[in-house]
Amino acid sequence: MSEPLLQAVNLQCERADRTLFRDLSLSILPGTLTRVEGPNGSGKTTLLRILAGLNDSYSGDLLWRGKSRHAYREEFLRNMLYLGHRPGIKPLLTPMENLRALMAGRRPLPDKVLWQALEGTGLGGFQNVPSRNLSAGQQRRVALARLLIADEPLWILDEVFTAIDRHGVAALERLLQERVESGGAIVVTTHHDLYLPSMHRITLGGGDDHGL
Amino acid sequence: MTMASETGLPICTPDMSVGTLSAMKAVFVRDLKIALRQPQDLLNPLLFFVMVVTLFPLGVSPEVSFLREAGSGILWVAALLSVLLSLDHLFRHDFDDGTLEQLVLQPQPLFLLVLAKSLAHWVLTGLPLVLLAPVLGVMVHLEGNSIAVLCLTLLIGTPVLSLIGSIGAALTLGLRSAGVLLSLLIIPLYIPVLIFGTGTVMAASEGAPVGGQLALMGAFLVLALTLAPFASAAALRISLSNS
Repeated sequence: MSEPLLQAVNLQCERADRTLFRDLSLSILPGTLTRVEGPNGSGKTTLLRILAGLNDSYSGDLLWRGKSRHAYREEFLRNMLYLGHRPGIKPLLTPMENLRALMAGRRPLPDKVLWQALEGTGLGGFQNVPSRNLSAGQQRRVALARLLIADEPLWILDEVFTAIDRHGVAALERLLQERVESGGAIVVTTHHDLYLPSMHRITLGGGDDHGL
Repeated sequence: MTMASETGLPICTPDMSVGTLSAMKAVFVRDLKIALRQPQDLLNPLLFFVMVVTLFPLGVSPEVSFLREAGSGILWVAALLSVLLSLDHLFRHDFDDGTLEQLVLQPQPLFLLVLAKSLAHWVLTGLPLVLLAPVLGVMVHLEGNSIAVLCLTLLIGTPVLSLIGSIGAALTLGLRSAGVLLSLLIIPLYIPVLIFGTGTVMAASEGAPVGGQLALMGAFLVLALTLAPFASAAALRISLSNS
């Protein structure tokens, strides 16, 4: 068995005087897809934000490759890609400029690669159009272009299929599948029916039904 | 059907990633680019600055003796308020469109990225105020020497305003009506800068030496440069944790 990338030990999170989850332990292994399930308001997004390092209001331990994630924060961040509800796209910048800015702090790539990544998400011909003129789905595709050029072994994707059309969903499913097969680790939440072989599930919500 | 890979993908060490300086530069350049595509946001604080200063002679007294006495104070107060006016934009748009989340998740120290954002804010609001100040200084009948000192104090003082302001902007980020709270939080911290800023110009107009006061303002700037980004970065994490 290979070493888990990310481990959570006895996670507990309260929000507005309500316990979202407690004693939640999980391991994210390379080559697996973990789907976080649960009804609306059960804390799926909160759990993903905690795992990604955006939410610090939890108790419990998070380990990055067996070491304290807090102490290895920069290494963790360099190896983790998070896409949230809000795509992180600036309406005043073009998709090319957006993608370049998003990659600048991680791994600057030649413009040709970025251009092709945008083409690969179906934005061919829109690379230099201001993003505010794009539809919601197209704006999400700009963010998804990062997945095509990502070298991060851990992906944390929140509601990644939102506003994507049927062809896009199929392509994205294929991408996730290939990623898992090549050894990447993925954590997703989605209300879309996603079934991949070797998929783990974490179910949140529903009274005392916690854990794996 | 498929076997999970035994080894997984290679782990990148942060050494392999981008240098902190180039990441800061990317943040800085992006903020400038966005601001220049939305020039009305840039003009707003400048117009405010000009209007407040021009309304004083009309509203109080156009007499040379009064304006020469009060001029530096008027310019400093107007500059302070127009920086305050622009603060809410510092992180708000980034927060709303998710760019801020991606900034926090960049593999560089967050306080340095916040410093880059604060510097961009100063270049876009504080620096234009400094450049406009001589014209308005002439309008309120300040003498040449006083105008030079006034510009110098604004040049040292406005970055302090941007840096301290970034703490307040970060703290009030998650709130819906942040404006009032932001002012209440930040204005007390602006008061020392204001007192020393106007005091220095007053001293200059009386012919007194100003080196000591300018040095103290420089000390404010150094203090703000070294401490404010840490506080803003911590405040940003708190605001994002609660969002």
